Amino acid sequence: MAESVLRLEAVRKSYNVGQPNEAEVLHGISAELQAGEFVALVGPSGSGKSTLLNIVGLLERPTGGEVFIRGENATALDEAGVTRLRGRTLGFVFQFHHLIPAFSALENVMMPQIIDRGRPEPAMAANARELLARVGLADKAASRPNQLSGGQQQRVAIARALAARPALVLADEPTGNLDSKSADDVFALMREFNQEQGIAFLLVTHDPRLAARCDRVIELFDGRVVDGATVA
Amino acid sequence: MIPLPFAWLVALRFLREGRMQTALILSGVTAGVAVIIFLTALIEGLQANIIARTLGTQPHVVVRPVEDAARPVMERTGPPVAAVIEKRAQRLRSIDQWERVVPVIEATPGVVAVSPMVSGPAFAVRGNASKSVALLGVEPERYLRVVKFRDYMVAGEFRLSGTDALIGVDLSRDLGVTLGDKLRIASSQNRDDVVTIVGIFDVGNKEVNQRWVFLPLRLTQNLLDLVGGVSNIDATVERLFDAETVARRVEAQTGLQAESWMQTNAQLLSALKNQTLTNRLIRGFVILIVALGIASVLVVSVVQKSKEIGILRAMGASRRNIMSVFLLQGAVYGFAGSLAGVLLGFGLVSAFSGVFRNPDGSVFFKPAVDLEIVVSACITALLIGLVAAALPARRASRLDPVTAIRNG
Repeated sequence: MAESVLRLEAVRKSYNVGQPNEAEVLHGISAELQAGEFVALVGPSGSGKSTLLNIVGLLERPTGGEVFIRGENATALDEAGVTRLRGRTLGFVFQFHHLIPAFSALENVMMPQIIDRGRPEPAMAANARELLARVGLADKAASRPNQLSGGQQQRVAIARALAARPALVLADEPTGNLDSKSADDVFALMREFNQEQGIAFLLVTHDPRLAARCDRVIELFDGRVVDGATVA
Repeated sequence: MIPLPFAWLVALRFLREGRMQTALILSGVTAGVAVIIFLTALIEGLQANIIARTLGTQPHVVVRPVEDAARPVMERTGPPVAAVIEKRAQRLRSIDQWERVVPVIEATPGVVAVSPMVSGPAFAVRGNASKSVALLGVEPERYLRVVKFRDYMVAGEFRLSGTDALIGVDLSRDLGVTLGDKLRIASSQNRDDVVTIVGIFDVGNKEVNQRWVFLPLRLTQNLLDLVGGVSNIDATVERLFDAETVARRVEAQTGLQAESWMQTNAQLLSALKNQTLTNRLIRGFVILIVALGIASVLVVSVVQKSKEIGILRAMGASRRNIMSVFLLQGAVYGFAGSLAGVLLGFGLVSAFSGVFRNPDGSVFFKPAVDLEIVVSACITALLIGLVAAALPARRASRLDPVTAIRNG
């Protein structure tokens, strides 16, 4: 049986707790992702997709329920422990690539490992070069993000998300601001890494075409998982 | 090359990226440190100059016999008989057993040289002219260790034996005498002797040049009727501004009266102290301005970089990592700025040391590269950079990654 990389148990999230405008946006979400799964998270705007992704990404804490990453209860960890767990097990691909302009493409890809180990090592550069080659940007290693096209930047961001060999990559509309050709390339690339290396992906998307190409779809509506939406 | 740790890597890259900000704040720190270095050198040079001039002819500490005091007739506890106790006229007296006192003073911590002296009033007579003078009977080797008088000799040399005498340029002009001429010295004790002029000095002070006459100790003792005695003992101290402490120590050791140059020149000393205080005040304000400059640049930088901070945090950078990134930037501003400031400061000092000159044309202050100042300036600036960066760094470390990424 496959190993569980993510398990959510009755996760709730409220904003402005204790104030008159207190609002619960997630009303008890339970879900599980197995290693190597490629899952789409869909739902209309305001359904709580981004909030859920932030909670899974350990960037926000839930107000109730528990989050397990690779069996480790992240809700029980302190700030430093959460940061460490995030750095070692999770990779991020944002809608707007979010590369760091002060660093070259190669350095951006190396960054998660540099943070993890405290300083650059020769092996990291080799690993980053390999990843850049895999995403078809071997010749752009020395380029700054602002010298790359949108699709190229997003491919660098994917390489960066994979650099530290995470168990789970979280992608927030990674193809949202790309033309359809680039979007297809980027999606294909993520699928490739998923199938070759067994890295699990949780992909927030608006695009039903992309969702259909995933292993499974989790649909959110008004802060709840819509039953029966799971596509085999 | 050893790879830089994460925080250094990011800090230096951020500094390079914000080239304009970095250049501006670095010039600010440089200017501030240069002002401090220049001002300090200027004021220290000025003070050293004034002190050197003042103490050119003065010993650091003068030891004298305790003054004669009239003793009240009645017991202290009884009713006062006389309301006014007249002060006694102070006669010329020798220090009791001075030959034993000299080694005691020499052994006092802080004292480096001691010179016994007998001094008193007399007349210098040549033909019909007679001038009132002050006799200074000294042992030349000892005296030269206390006061650097050799520098003032314009003719002959500072040596005293037999009936040798040294006089000032103004006295030699007034009496029309020069090297090798004879002069009669008559004291108020009705003793007189004929001396030979072997040296003429010019200390740059007319009063001294007109009145001082150096004679051998033994001869002066005879002239002043103080055979075998000395009227005061001069001492040089190791550190100039310890003179007062050393004087009190000497008093305690010998039971004599000791007066330091700091008491004799109290007014000068308070002027110097005020000057030092002013310098400190200016220094304090410059440091404050530099710190505020660094802090404000970093506050802006934290806002500009908040998106990057959020991304780094999402990729596993800890709060402490982020804080280090900004503390390091502050430290680099302080350290690099102070290095440049030290160079500029010393450049200014050497440029201006050619401009400011003494009346006699000698340089006013020497452009000395004081390693202590360099090191302390750099360390201070480094600390100021760190302190100034503390608040922005704290802010950066507390940024919420989600908000930072969304709004950045």
